[in-house]
Amino acid sequence: MNIQGRVWKYGDDIDTDVIIPARYLTLTDENELGKHCLEDLDPSFVSKVQPGDVILAGNLFGCGSSREHAPIALKGVGCAAVVARSFARIFLRNSINVGLPAIECPSAYDTAQEGDVLEIDLAAGTVTNTRTGAVHQSAPYPQFMLDVLDAGGLVPFTREKLAAERPGG
Amino acid sequence: MGHTIAEKIIAAHCGRDDVRPGEFVDVDLDLVMANDVTAPLAIREFRKLGVDRVWDRDKVVLVGSHFVPAKDIASAQNMKDMREFAREQEITHFFEPGKGGIEHALLPQEGIVAPGEIVLGADSHTNTYGAIQSLASGFGSTDCAIAMATGKTWLKVPPSIKAVFTGKRKAWVTGKDFILRLIGEIGVEGANYQAIEFHGEALRDLTIYERFTMANMTTEAQAKCGLFFVDEKTLEFVGPRVKRAFSSYEPDPDAAYARVVEIDVSGMEPQVAAPFLPSNVSDIADKAGIEIDQVFIGSCTNGWLPDIRTAAQIMRGRQVHPRVRAVVIPATQQIYVEALKEGLIEVFAEAGAAVAAGTCGPCLGGSLGVLAPGERAVSTSNRNFPGRMGHRSAEVYLTNPAMAATAAILGRIPSVEDAEALLHESVTA
Ligand code: SF4
Repeated sequence: MNIQGRVWKYGDDIDTDVIIPARYLTLTDENELGKHCLEDLDPSFVSKVQPGDVILAGNLFGCGSSREHAPIALKGVGCAAVVARSFARIFLRNSINVGLPAIECPSAYDTAQEGDVLEIDLAAGTVTNTRTGAVHQSAPYPQFMLDVLDAGGLVPFTREKLAAERPGG
Repeated sequence: MGHTIAEKIIAAHCGRDDVRPGEFVDVDLDLVMANDVTAPLAIREFRKLGVDRVWDRDKVVLVGSHFVPAKDIASAQNMKDMREFAREQEITHFFEPGKGGIEHALLPQEGIVAPGEIVLGADSHTNTYGAIQSLASGFGSTDCAIAMATGKTWLKVPPSIKAVFTGKRKAWVTGKDFILRLIGEIGVEGANYQAIEFHGEALRDLTIYERFTMANMTTEAQAKCGLFFVDEKTLEFVGPRVKRAFSSYEPDPDAAYARVVEIDVSGMEPQVAAPFLPSNVSDIADKAGIEIDQVFIGSCTNGWLPDIRTAAQIMRGRQVHPRVRAVVIPATQQIYVEALKEGLIEVFAEAGAAVAAGTCGPCLGGSLGVLAPGERAVSTSNRNFPGRMGHRSAEVYLTNPAMAATAAILGRIPSVEDAEALLHESVTA
């Protein structure tokens, strides 16, 4: 699974309250949540971002409460992936569970600028900056997680898997 | 290169000889737990999976703990959703209020968790079971739903922090003080995505309950889990309770750690975490004299029988300060019954404390002692973020049970000398 996207670069400790403020937690629809993504950090973000773009963030992206609305909002606004120096534990899980690739890659963060284009090869674990040509290595995803992302998240993935395992299914 | 305890437990659950930090693996779970707050959401996701039955009705545990007995219609509905699901799925371990308690005291008490196992809990303080070397961790509702259906989850193998406690503690210093000091040292993100492995001779003379307190609060440093060695105290606790075979692990001498943190407990005083972070830790003497409005003794951190005993010992024959409300909540119904038989409940009632049993209550500002704007509390629980026990401006100081009970009598944060003077009075009186 490969992703190529333009970079929006932000700093450290972007918490889930900033990714999707608590006042929108009554929303459940992905696109509706997406309309408010990062609005307290960068009010123009939702008007600038294009489907397929990539968020590039510093340390501990997604810290704070464990709400699953945060990665859903990023997905809803069209983000194809988040690359960060590091993620808060529960955000990383929730992100993959809802089908949004989250890649830990400090050197990609340190060397990229806003507007650069990153090519991400999830199976190989590489992040290539097309401007500098540098190839940054992160831990590759194992096959089952690639399959989860392909299926669009853990619930659809598991539903398909369980259906296939069922006799006659 | 050798392995840490966390690496060994994970390897044993994914059929591998060897796993390394950073690797993603698919593990077989031994137990899945949810409570009255998290189960309803997990059940909703479970319904989307197209499966009829949970993976193993003996290994899915559902506990009413947070808003029980139901405090309003929404919490009654949550319990109802969980109860109906438990009946439909014929869940073996489903606990109503009055028959269970706070999940993190209840599961060890009932022998539902055991050493060497992996537990996925839809509650951040699931880490508690690490005291008996159960690799237990908190997860979101989707993870919980999938785990209920499949008995599996994916994990990223965590690097481990080696936390070494040396020296011999003084009187009044407890496991609570050890863990507060550690969190003060490494910070509230100090163990993000990492396991904490507890080492050192100072831990040997801690009770198993003090170890539960310590594993419980590894969550406050963002740890994935906090794992203790299995020793004779572990086996003494687990032996009569756990009715199945289990394994225990020791790290290899050449295991690799992300970091080693050493804490000498010899000169340590009781600690206090001041508002608004569990890492905002100092000696209690530094805060002595601060006047308070409420004291809460209980929670999954310090609602164990020895904690209740300690509090009763201090409050026996005395009165809660006229300006203060005291709320005492033994963590489970069984602890409550034992406290009742020992006459401890009478001690609290006569001292003018409000007593409940087997619920989270004020710990999360849910019920039974919510703080008003500007109020100040001493609590034996684990978190003191803004709004945690009520209004955002209310302040929470986290201490051990003896210091909290002393605070209830004196109406202010005590020093060790205050506590000693108080106990001395009773001898002479
Ligand atoms: S007592 Fe407090 S920390 Fe423990 S489970 Fe209940 S709400 Fe959570």
